[in-house]
Amino acid sequence: MSDASKTPVTVLTGYLGAGKTTLLNRILSEDHGKKYAVIVNEFGEIGIDNDLIVGADEEVFEMNNGCICCTVRGDLVRIISGLMRRKGKFDAIIVETTGLADPAPVAQTFFVDEDVQKNARLDAVVTVADAKWLSDRLKDAPEAKNQIAFADVIVLNKTDLVTKPELAEVEARIRAINPYARLHRTERCQIAISDVLERGAFDLDRILEIEPEFLNAGDDHDHHHHDHDHGHDHDHHHHHDHGLKHYHDEEMQSLSLRSDKPLDPSKFMPWLQNLVQTEGGRILRSKGILAFQDDDDRYVFQGVHMMLEGDHQRKWKPDEARQSRVVFIGRELPEAAIREGFERCIVT
Amino acid sequence: MSSFDTGGEAASIVSVTDKVRPVSLGMAVTAVHYLGDRAAFVGTEESVAVVDTEGEISKVEVTSGGILSAVSDGSRILFGGDDGKVSSLDKAGHVSVLATDPKRRWIDNVAVHPDGAISWSVGKTAFVRAPKGEEKSLEVPSTAGGLAFAPKGLRLAIAHYNGATLWFPNMAGEPEFLGWAGSHHAVTFSPDNKFLVTAMHEPALHGWRLADSRHMRMTGYPSRVKSMSWGSGGRFLATSGADMVILWPFVGKDGPMGKEPAMLAPMKAKVTAVACHPKQDILACGYEDGTVLMVRMQDGAEILVRRNETPPVVALGWNAAGTWLAFSDESGEAGLLRL
Repeated sequence: MSDASKTPVTVLTGYLGAGKTTLLNRILSEDHGKKYAVIVNEFGEIGIDNDLIVGADEEVFEMNNGCICCTVRGDLVRIISGLMRRKGKFDAIIVETTGLADPAPVAQTFFVDEDVQKNARLDAVVTVADAKWLSDRLKDAPEAKNQIAFADVIVLNKTDLVTKPELAEVEARIRAINPYARLHRTERCQIAISDVLERGAFDLDRILEIEPEFLNAGDDHDHHHHDHDHGHDHDHHHHHDHGLKHYHDEEMQSLSLRSDKPLDPSKFMPWLQNLVQTEGGRILRSKGILAFQDDDDRYVFQGVHMMLEGDHQRKWKPDEARQSRVVFIGRELPEAAIREGFERCIVT
Repeated sequence: MSSFDTGGEAASIVSVTDKVRPVSLGMAVTAVHYLGDRAAFVGTEESVAVVDTEGEISKVEVTSGGILSAVSDGSRILFGGDDGKVSSLDKAGHVSVLATDPKRRWIDNVAVHPDGAISWSVGKTAFVRAPKGEEKSLEVPSTAGGLAFAPKGLRLAIAHYNGATLWFPNMAGEPEFLGWAGSHHAVTFSPDNKFLVTAMHEPALHGWRLADSRHMRMTGYPSRVKSMSWGSGGRFLATSGADMVILWPFVGKDGPMGKEPAMLAPMKAKVTAVACHPKQDILACGYEDGTVLMVRMQDGAEILVRRNETPPVVALGWNAAGTWLAFSDESGEAGLLRL
């Protein structure tokens, strides 16, 4: 999945008005020596002359494979196969989605389509969020929440339009949903292109690193951030010495599992398969780095809803702790059952 | 529903590899069509490499970008480009631009009718232009995945999501819709005009008997079908998609329903291209490992045309008389064989 011969694809999402087009125009006009093919919804919004801008129709269809949430973007299959005719003419592909789009069918296209898989790899899902309005949208727009949950990189834009406490609040709300994405604060999408593109976020090496700042909150979110009393008012927040607020999003959560002891692959793989088959509707993203018993290779996997892909990635380094880490982001995750199932896969 | 199980053994092979004239085209290739006795190899972008029987190559620019589709009626090749142009190349080597999309949108598919009518599609819209120049268009519910003219009458099939639309551009009245859930790509009429078959996004074909729209499911493929060719006067449809050629029988009024397809030329690699001989019960097939074989339909006897260990074979074509076979792998390492 980290095959260098495959064209990297960045999926650019963000709710209406967050600044996707601004970011896209910046990427296309900046002098970075790279050429991007861009798949857009609205022709004409891009002010740059580029013969590799393609209009998309956001046509989603269900795969006839018995998997209820297995929807793919048929237009992407067609467009990427067409773009591959001109393989040598661009370095990477950017897919812009509409503000109301669910990122799942886009991401799933890269899992299920054999031709797309052969030629392209999903580099990262980048979500542009509006610092002023995101908190409101997270309350009333399920699409906005999905886009945050799916993100590998979040560009929190228009930070100049909010006060510091407001900014802290919106960041805490983002972290309640997705503590694993890289978060960048911007004004008018002023961001280094290298922070957004060719992140290799789906390569998984960095995917499970939590923002250091987040860990510094000292709340040990990684292990137990659901262990507090669920009876409390979820809009309440505790202040830490660092001033970082901690929200709990009632609907969308992340769940992180860790083990320093090796996992039994004959137990873990069937458990994971079964989990995404039964709970895949609720699990938006899953990612993991695994240390299996009697295996010197790191095994990595990632998934979108019911779809999983995984492979032996590389040898564990001698100085590297052989720790397994698994993350799920989803809505109303059956946390206790997931933790219990994971525990049973640990070799004792 | 009909399906098949793969299995079987490779037979010992006669070779004609020493009779092939190898040609290095120096460009990535997607298809080959014969114009007279010259093989026109269609590139991934801009050019067509026309190769005569002596192996002499002349390159012709047919679009200013990627070539998204190419079809031929034997006298000319029609191209759909990502530059928004429908162009054609004739036997004399002349290139003409036949249509230009005003918004420069991609021409996703093209089709050509034996009487000279042409068709192309841009997104959800299919266009038909009669030989006299009159143009009509039809919008289908979702982006067209494939186009095909019926062998008789001016009738166009447009494959799209959840089925195919059959349209008589010269007749009033609603187009006919043939439904089947899923995404339909390439589409083809049987030469006797009795059946319509689509290659789906999943590894399966779907067909309809046109008299009563009865469904025909053709499944069992390990991967998507990208190459289909009618053989033996339309009695068989040969397809890629498995590690052998799958030959669906279309004799009788039920087509392949309730019948096992023939499975020819099994290899340890997937078939990527098939082309049935225009006159005899022979087909040529190319594999993902670069192998090209000729296969006799009756008994599956094989002749080796090209050895493996190269990129996948993507282009295979016969001249109209069936005296020349042309092939190429995707990197443009091509060959010509005189029978």
